[in-house]
Order: sequence, then C-alpha cells, then structure tokens
Amino acid sequence: MPANGNGKDPVMVVVQLSGGNDFMHTLIPYNSPTYYDNRKLVKIEREDVLPINDDLAFNPNFRPVKEMFEDGKVAVVQGIGYPDSNRSHFRGMDIWHTCEPDKVVTEGWVGKTLRELDPRGEDELTGINFGVGLPRAMAVPGVPVTSVNDLDGYGLMTGIGEDEQRDQALQIFKDMYAQAIGTGPVMEYLSRTGMDVLRGADRLKAAPAQYSSSVEYGDSAIARSLRDIARVHTAGLGTRIFYTSHGGYDTHANENPTHPKLLQDLSGAIRDFFDDLSEHDAADNVAMLVFTEFGRRIKDNGSGTDHGSGGGAFIIGEPVNGGLYSEYPSLSPETWAKGEDLEHTIDFRGIYATMLEQWMGIDAPDIVNGHYEQITPFK
Amino acid sequence: MANDVALIAHLMRRAGFGASRAQLDELALKGYEAVVDDLVSPERFPELEEDVWKRYNLELSYTDSLPAHTGRWIYRMVNTERPLQEKMSLLWHQVFATAWYKGEHVPSIVRQIETFRRVGLSDIKTVLLELAKDPAMNYWLDNCENHKGEPNENWGRELLELFSMGVGHYSEDDIKNASRAFTGWTFTQPIPLYPFGSYDAEFLYVAEDHDSSDKTFLGETGNFNGEDIIDIIVKQPATAAFVCRHLYNFFVADEPQVPAWELEPPRDHEAMETLITAYFEHDGKIRPILKTLFNSDFFKQAQFKKVKSPAELVAGAIKLVGTYKFPEPNENIGMLSGATAVMGQQLMNPPTVEGWHTGHEWIDGGTLNERVNFAVNQLNDISKPGVKDIVARMSAEGDDDGKLAPEQFVEMSLELAGHVAVDDSTKAGLLRYAQAAGDLRFETEEDANDSAIHIGRMLQLIVSTREYQFA
Repeated sequence: MPANGNGKDPVMVVVQLSGGNDFMHTLIPYNSPTYYDNRKLVKIEREDVLPINDDLAFNPNFRPVKEMFEDGKVAVVQGIGYPDSNRSHFRGMDIWHTCEPDKVVTEGWVGKTLRELDPRGEDELTGINFGVGLPRAMAVPGVPVTSVNDLDGYGLMTGIGEDEQRDQALQIFKDMYAQAIGTGPVMEYLSRTGMDVLRGADRLKAAPAQYSSSVEYGDSAIARSLRDIARVHTAGLGTRIFYTSHGGYDTHANENPTHPKLLQDLSGAIRDFFDDLSEHDAADNVAMLVFTEFGRRIKDNGSGTDHGSGGGAFIIGEPVNGGLYSEYPSLSPETWAKGEDLEHTIDFRGIYATMLEQWMGIDAPDIVNGHYEQITPFK
Repeated sequence: MANDVALIAHLMRRAGFGASRAQLDELALKGYEAVVDDLVSPERFPELEEDVWKRYNLELSYTDSLPAHTGRWIYRMVNTERPLQEKMSLLWHQVFATAWYKGEHVPSIVRQIETFRRVGLSDIKTVLLELAKDPAMNYWLDNCENHKGEPNENWGRELLELFSMGVGHYSEDDIKNASRAFTGWTFTQPIPLYPFGSYDAEFLYVAEDHDSSDKTFLGETGNFNGEDIIDIIVKQPATAAFVCRHLYNFFVADEPQVPAWELEPPRDHEAMETLITAYFEHDGKIRPILKTLFNSDFFKQAQFKKVKSPAELVAGAIKLVGTYKFPEPNENIGMLSGATAVMGQQLMNPPTVEGWHTGHEWIDGGTLNERVNFAVNQLNDISKPGVKDIVARMSAEGDDDGKLAPEQFVEMSLELAGHVAVDDSTKAGLLRYAQAAGDLRFETEEDANDSAIHIGRMLQLIVSTREYQFA
C-alpha cells in the first residue's frame, strides 16, 4: 500500500544531473576560509550568496530552489555518496544506477522498483524516461519502460502525414509485431518492445491534448523535460516513476561561465514544474529526487573543478518536510577523502530507501542491496 | 541466382553497409568468393572523392565540430567503394572505444578513426602498436600521466583487459609491468583551440621518462619497451581467442557483452577454432582471417542473426533510398550524425572505454521508435533514386497483363529491399497491405503513380519490421 500521496498513488520524479554537480558550489560554506582558500576562481563572493543560516548559503543562481526551501518544500541531503567514491562518470553513474559498487550488474534500482509496482509487466507507462537512451537505473529484463525523447513527436510512423494512411500502417505494424512465440528471445524481445511502444504512444497522445497551463517554462532542455513530465502526470495515465537527466555538469574547465546557467535552468524548471502541478491540483502526490554521481574536488584547478566525492541531493515537493538533512561534509583537511575530496556523510542507498519505503511504500533492501541509514524528510 | 544474390546481400550487409539491387546483380556475376577477395583488398578500388562534399558542407572545415565529422563518417559508409575499410574502422572503434568527451579534441578523435581506416585490415600487432601511439587513446587512458617511477596503469590495464586478452589471462603484476614498459609514451600538446582552431597532437616518445629497468611480463623478462609488450601479447592464445571472438561478434552473430566473456563460452566453438587457427597460421594478419570467416558456412548461415548497430541501420537505409550521393540542399551531415545519436550511438563518443552495449541492447522502447521512424521517413519520398529504381524494376516484372498480384508484390518488395527474410506473421501483415492495395498496374500514368505510392508504403512497412532491425 502506498505510504503517502494524500489518497492518490505516490509518484516519484528522478532528476539526474549528469557529469557531477559541484555541490560545494551549490550549497556554499560561505563563512569557511577553507572554501575561499581552495576556490580561488570557482567561487561566489560572500556578499553575493543566499544564506540560509550562519554556515551555509545557496548559490545565487539557485534562487528559485532557495525560495522553495524557505517555503519548506526542499529537503537538502548533504554529503550524499558512498565509501571510496569512484571518480569515473560511467562507473560512478553505474553504481548509483545499480546500487552495486563492487561488481557490474544489469538490474537498475528504478527498474526493480517498477517490477514491484507492476509485477506482471502489464503497464508500459508505469515508468517513463524523458530523454535519449534509457538510463541503466531503469533497465531490468522483462520490465517494460517507455522512453520519450520528444512528447509531441512521440509515436511510430509519425512521418506518415495522412491520418488514414498512418492508422493503416500502425495496424499492420501491430499485426507484424504481435506474434512472436517460439521465434527466439531476441525476436520476442523486439515484439514486446514494439507493442509497448505502440500502446504507450497511443496512451501518451492524450497528454499533450488535454494539457493547458498558465505556467511558462524557460527555454532549456530540463524545462522541456519537466514540462513533458507535468503534461503526462496531469493526464492521469498512472505513471508512478518519471526519470529525466540534465547534462553538462562535468565542469573541469570554464566552470564560471557554464555552471550558473545549469543551476538557473535547473532551479527555474523545478519551480515552474511544481507551480504547474499546483495549478492542476496535482502536486500533493509528487516527490522529486535530484541527484548527481559525485561532487567535485575541493580545490579548483584554475578553470573548473575535477571529479570528487561528497555530493548533495535534493528531495522536493509538497509532501516534503523541508530542511537540511544529514551533515555537511567536514571541511577539516584531515578528514578529506584521498586528501582532496569531501568525505560523504550519508550513503545514497539510504536515500533511495527513504524514497522507496517512506514515499512509495515499497520494501527497499532487495532493491538497494542492503540496509542503510535513512532520513525522514516527509511530513 | 536468387540465392546467390541473397547471400551476397548478406555479405554486403556484414562486410559493408548494404548494396543496391543493381550493385548486387553485378556482384553476383562476379561470384561470391571473388567478391570476398575484393572486399579484403580495398586498394583495388579508388579512395572516396570528398572534395565536392566538403565544399557543400562547410562544417567539415571546422576542426572542432564533432557532428560534422561523425556525419562525414556515415557519408563515407554510404558512398565508399571500400566498404570493408569503413566497417573495420567501425569495429575497431567499438572495441577500442575512445570518446571525444574527455579531451574534447576533435582532430585527435578523427585522426584515430583515420588510423583505423589505414591499418584496420593489416595485422593485430600493427593495429595495437598504432593504437598505443595514438594521441587520442594516449590521453583517454592517461598514458601521458604514466611516468618513470610514477606509473599510471590505466592504459596498461585496458590494453590487456579490453583490447587484447580479456580478464583472467594475466596478473596484476603483468599490468604493472606492462604499464612501466609504456612510460614515456606520450603526445605533443596541440596548440590551444582559440583563436586558430584545433590542431593535431602527435605521438611523442620521451626517453628520459621511460623506465628502462627489467620487467617481467607474462613469464618473459627483459628491458621491455611498449613494442616488446605488444609482441608478447599478440603471441598469446588468449589474444587470438579474444580478437577472433570480436570478429565473430561483429561480423557473424551477436555474442554476450564483452565483460561476460570470461563467464560465458562462445556460442559456436567450431567457428572460433577455425578463426583461431587462421590467426596463428597467418601471424595475426587480418585479411586472411576475414577471408576464412566470410567464406565459411557458419558465416553464410548467419543471415539476420545480428542486431544492426545504429550506424549500420542509418547507412543501410540511406543506401536503400540512394540519397547522400551528391550534396543536395536538404541533405546535411549533421542529420546523419544526429540520427545515430538518438538511436544510442553517437559515433566518436562512446559512453565508456567498454564501448557500446551491442546486440539486442541497442534496442529499447525509445531507440526502437527512433529506428523505425528514421527508416520510414527515408522512404517517405518516392522520387528518391533508390525508390524509383525499385518501382521501375517492379513495373518491368508484371505478368502478361502488366500487373503484379499481391503475393508477387510482397515477395518482390522484400527482395528489392535487400532480400529481407521475414517470418510468417510479418509476411501476413505485409500481404494484408498488398491485398488492400489490389493488383499493381502500370499501364496508365495514373495506375503507375498509384502503384508507386503503394510500393513506397510497402517499403516503409518492410523497414519497420522486426526483421529489418537485423543485419
């Protein structure tokens, strides 16, 4: 049974910041000399930050989220990570996707969750990814997932202009993909995938058609994705997990010109998304998890920052009890991982477990591979 | 004859990116083995002329535009008269996966592919040695940080694990010693991008940074340099097995993903034995191994046993419709680059050093949608040369009354789309369309137009099938 959601099924939105967001530069220890000693270039001056207490302040480019934080809708998970953090993007992201730091496995945590929600794999819209290519987090053999690059253009044979012709082509497509028994695992997989796409696209058509909103999203990839999610969520198609990614956080070089826009686009899109949901009376059963594969190096490299550890995540929404959770990573050099990285203070698998058990109402240990400390960010 | 053409169509899908019907007829006259000989001898055919193409696509003059250069590569796949050369470049790119995103230096990545084009069909030793000296690889796996007294093992490890032998055939000490042998192998720093654009980096051997003490590697001891390490690697049975499994996986039938190779045996032991024997018989020379492969029964019997990679799907569909030959205003290289990217394969930018997950892992709901729509859209315009040719061939094949019955319509369409073999349910679906269309007639202009539209639609249905996802 759902643990939450005001009588409606709880919905989770996962936003992946790809490349490793600079957490120290997002929630800034603005009274710490360590920050200013190590960040000669990639820093925000004290007078420009948005303080939330005597120690910490948001980056001014993150203002919309800071305002939501003041409204009590943002739980900041400080120091999220895992032991001996992997600095490779792909291995690092893989670990976040599979909850398995020591070996390479094929089942992702979101996919495993979808299997709990829809054990017989009957509903291809239970989980939807917005973007190109399915994240490993959603991939589990036999679990149908829909992946949408562009909601308005989504669907098969969209290049066939005439409706009647297209309908005929789709009907034949359906006939051709329908029968697959005994044709071998790959053909069967193709058949199932084709049918899922067909059904999913058919149902998703309803979303853009019924949607209207006074919220005007910004012009960015993450805004388009979150708007697509809002359109599908408000259409009431039964989707329980939405996933999307926002790329470009790998700021080794030129962080000062690039990072502000990332935070502006992201935070603006998040605020617009929740405003949009509220306007549709559809915000009370949505909780968003924003994560990234790692934080960045404490000391900047004269242009940007290299891969580090000890990042930060955010849990956002109406049902959230806003505030700071876990602890900000220690700034004392003797505690630093590898002598140069922020040490994590809470394991990401405990945060997944928090989302799963306290929000989605699903047992977490089998999904996150063990028992980890949780936080209590929900009302 | 029809069987010969079908077999040569299979060969051209695997050793190249497909072939038009006219080309297949020509090749069938030559005979299968002669075609194999030609394929492994690209120097018999002229190099692709790109001057006009470059003049019409000015992006190609920007050395820092990745989509321009990946698009150009697909253009080459479509138009080259040396298809196996491009195919081998794609294979080595998938095996020695090097991505743009780390260095963000386009000339190095482009040059790496040029190197694969140049030496891809030579022998394993040359290929590995060129790879070891390749600036893009050197930076990608940090060999420029591999110093005397401060070894960096990234390149040494992947050389053994992912590029030659596979896990389980060497020790951690072998990795350390191999890494030490490659100390001092670095590259010249290219001049900065601004304001003059990107310039090449060159291989550089820094003797004073090379660790010239003794190393023990795979049981042999000596003052080894990088080249000695590669010499030792290429004699190993594990290397022969690993390379041959890659060739099988790429040209014959899908194997599990590479990390599973130490756990899962090859699907065809006999085929592997044949290839490994050829490897040792010919000292790792690639042409004779491939000749053995293409002429083998296991290859000939493997039609439609491999899921097409996005590059193969895109290049194949474009070859089918006969576009991108001469620059047209609406044919831009960026489109070619973007098409494979949305299907999950951004060329020159693989996700990790392990490369793309291939086989059925190319396909998920999103990518299947992109694949089907891309191919269907290529066939939206029946005035494209490839479609016109197919229509002309069909209109010439009518019966005494000049008409084609639905069954013939389906059979001929499958044949002309590249001898696509389909199962019964697929055929039934296509037949349903053909029956709704009725007999195709070509006598009057109106009939011919209607028939052309039906043929175009039939081809769209064929490229949307499950079977079309396979090569």
